Amino acid sequence: MTVGATLETSPERTSYLRAGYTLWSWLATTDHKRIAVLYLYSITAFFFIGGIAAALMRLDLATPGGDLLSNEGYNRAFTLHGVIMVWFFLIPSIPATFGNFLIPLMIGAQDLAFPRINLASWYLYILAGLFTLYAMIVGGVDTGWTFYTPLSTLFANGYVVAALLAVIVVGFSSIFTGLNFIVTVHKLRCPGMTWSRLPLFVWSLYATAMILVLATPVLTMLLILVCVERVFGIGILNPDLGGDPLLYQHLFWFYSHPAVYIMVLPAFGVLSELVTAAARKRIFGYWFIAYSSVAIAIIGFLVWGHHMFVAGESMYASAVFSFLSIAVAVPSGIKVYNWIATLYKGSISLDPAFLFAMGFIGLFVIGGLTGLMLAMIAVDVHVHDTYFVVAHFHYIMVGGAVTAFFGALHFWWPKITGRMYNITWGRITAALIFLGFNLTFFPQFILGYLGMPRRYHVYPPEFQVLHVLSSAGASILAMGYLLPFIYLLYSLRHGQPAGPNPWGATGLEWTVPSPPPKLNFAETPVVTRPPYDYPIKDPMSRE
Amino acid sequence: MTARTRTLVLVWIVLMVLLGLTLGASFLPLGAFKPVVNIAIGLAKATLIFWFFMHLREVSGLIRLVAFAGAVGIVIMLALISSDYLTRP
Amino acid sequence: MSDRPAVHSPYAEAAQQRDADLLGMYVFLVTEVMLFGGFLSAVSMVRVLHPQEASSAAQHLNLWLGSMNTAVLLTSSLAMALSVQVSREGKRRPTIIGLCLTAALGLVFLVIKGVEYYQEYREGLMPLSDGIKPLSKPGEQLFFNFYLVGTGLHALHLTIGIVLVAGLVWGVFRSRVQLPHRAVTVEIVGLYWHLVDVVWVFIYPIFYLAR
Repeated sequence: MTVGATLETSPERTSYLRAGYTLWSWLATTDHKRIAVLYLYSITAFFFIGGIAAALMRLDLATPGGDLLSNEGYNRAFTLHGVIMVWFFLIPSIPATFGNFLIPLMIGAQDLAFPRINLASWYLYILAGLFTLYAMIVGGVDTGWTFYTPLSTLFANGYVVAALLAVIVVGFSSIFTGLNFIVTVHKLRCPGMTWSRLPLFVWSLYATAMILVLATPVLTMLLILVCVERVFGIGILNPDLGGDPLLYQHLFWFYSHPAVYIMVLPAFGVLSELVTAAARKRIFGYWFIAYSSVAIAIIGFLVWGHHMFVAGESMYASAVFSFLSIAVAVPSGIKVYNWIATLYKGSISLDPAFLFAMGFIGLFVIGGLTGLMLAMIAVDVHVHDTYFVVAHFHYIMVGGAVTAFFGALHFWWPKITGRMYNITWGRITAALIFLGFNLTFFPQFILGYLGMPRRYHVYPPEFQVLHVLSSAGASILAMGYLLPFIYLLYSLRHGQPAGPNPWGATGLEWTVPSPPPKLNFAETPVVTRPPYDYPIKDPMSRE
Repeated sequence: MTARTRTLVLVWIVLMVLLGLTLGASFLPLGAFKPVVNIAIGLAKATLIFWFFMHLREVSGLIRLVAFAGAVGIVIMLALISSDYLTRP
Repeated sequence: MSDRPAVHSPYAEAAQQRDADLLGMYVFLVTEVMLFGGFLSAVSMVRVLHPQEASSAAQHLNLWLGSMNTAVLLTSSLAMALSVQVSREGKRRPTIIGLCLTAALGLVFLVIKGVEYYQEYREGLMPLSDGIKPLSKPGEQLFFNFYLVGTGLHALHLTIGIVLVAGLVWGVFRSRVQLPHRAVTVEIVGLYWHLVDVVWVFIYPIFYLAR
């Protein structure tokens, strides 16, 4: 099926961006592509806010005394940073923007299974965001993003309930997205799009959706309990009545550990797409990567106790969780080996998206290995609640997930907007982010090992050098994150119009015009070739 | 009354009998077995409702798998949380 | 639900759309299962930590009203299942009757629950009540609080169910929900109702039968 290069003039073939210019046409849309763009703007705004909180923290930490923020102020800063970055940036980032935009295109469908539920999920996200901003403006919350009891139920001042309501509402937004993805992948694949031909991005989002649907309700329920205790005084987790703080932690981490896989699995999916396009080669070990996504989703539900090794968990339970936490690293390792094998003897392009992908592999490996270290109880006893843990999860979430997000942004930007951006600036950004990131977070491993605790802004002077290095790195990282604002937005007006397939990649999304028309496919595609069918003779042909 | 309707009423009768059983069992001196018996009867009732009232016996394997996934989620949660509480000194 | 064409984008066939709607509802029910499952797991741990107190607190619950409520809800499930059955056969009046019966039984449940709550309030079992405190041992009040929140959440879900069923009665009555073409709508509401019943099937032994 070849795609004509001429513009068709029928209304259905108008680009989705031009099908209606009014605000209402955007706010009442059910087009998955427009909803993806709405999400893109929203999560960018929240990334910026969470980033400001981080900047304040790193500035304060440049000196050993707490002279920029008060103690309370610092607590509020790291709480805001955590709540916003986890629930308002990382969890929706790849699924709600690229997942929403690409899944129907990748499987040959016209939209997701439940377009109105898709729009509802964005509105819930915005409502939740407003609650969070309210909580922040009226005075903030100082419990940390983990809201541990009994601090959050009995002793914390501040607008805890507003923040919790925000998280409850954004949880529903997540659940709707996950539900939509599962039904879409099962019911809307075009003829010939068997499970063995699905792009690995879709496999990984399917696994993510499984976690979204199974884990999020437990958090919703737990936070409702905390709200009930705070608002009505009905003691549920109150130690005076015999409640157990560890029960809160069990239920909290039952969600929050799988949540980190919600954050990273979509990044794995992006990597599979980027690595094959970078090397112009078939993926090595398609089924290994597909099944390892599902394996990570399942095993990820079995490991949460590793957050509570020193909190009073029984020795036997800790041993079980430690073993399972080591096991969960295996499927991730399998993926990394397969990506590297894909790159081997490939004809590797160094366009910005692919630089981000390479950066991901290196940073994720460091994050993953340090995670294995933390899974060992004997090590964790020493470094729990230190900067070692902070560095570990930032390597995965920022070095991993955020890098993959930027890679996806640079890869699919021409498809979403129809414009090409300045490649050189893209490469400079990738380099700045990689260097800035390492300078920010590698010193933190050392700090943690030497005993610097997390969530403290006053520290012994001998730690200052490492903190200053980290803060300096943060300023470079910030520059790296701000640059795309400039050249990507510039490209919207002045960039070269992009063709359907600027990178010469495989996948149904590259067979439709850039940007796609409102109605994705004029005729339902029929798929006959395997996925990642490189080398492709005519980039615009699926034959 | 069609065969289907008859089946539904029959299931209801069984559910009522199970309710009576579980209520009666709560008066027997079963000790530590009491919660086990009661939960087991609860599981039996739930299975009947899922299989007959919620049409699990008619639908595709996919939907059954989805229902099963929910069950697995609960089992994991209970099993691993209990592994902590039951092994505390 | 009514003005849209029977098969709408992104679906190509009615069967595909029906399958997707059913699958979607089941996935949603799994989230409800995890919500209440999480809650009931928490209560189970409270029973493990404070077995005697849970038992003595449970003795203050009204076993007969609770059992009666269980029977009421199970019967409402039968009414709902029968409604789904006749809706598939395209019989409007029996469907409406069945759905009204379902909602009515749901209301009976809520009334009985209200009576229970009132009794418990009178006995001073509620948290924050002044005066005599029958639940004085640590763990007893905790167990009772869990009972309050659990049955409260359940009652909230049941209320939503009653509203959904009422809306459905209206839709069928006004022929906005065409039977048997859109019988899947009745089926989907039915699935939600049955799940609320299943949740109670577990709440009952975990709380009332802890004695």
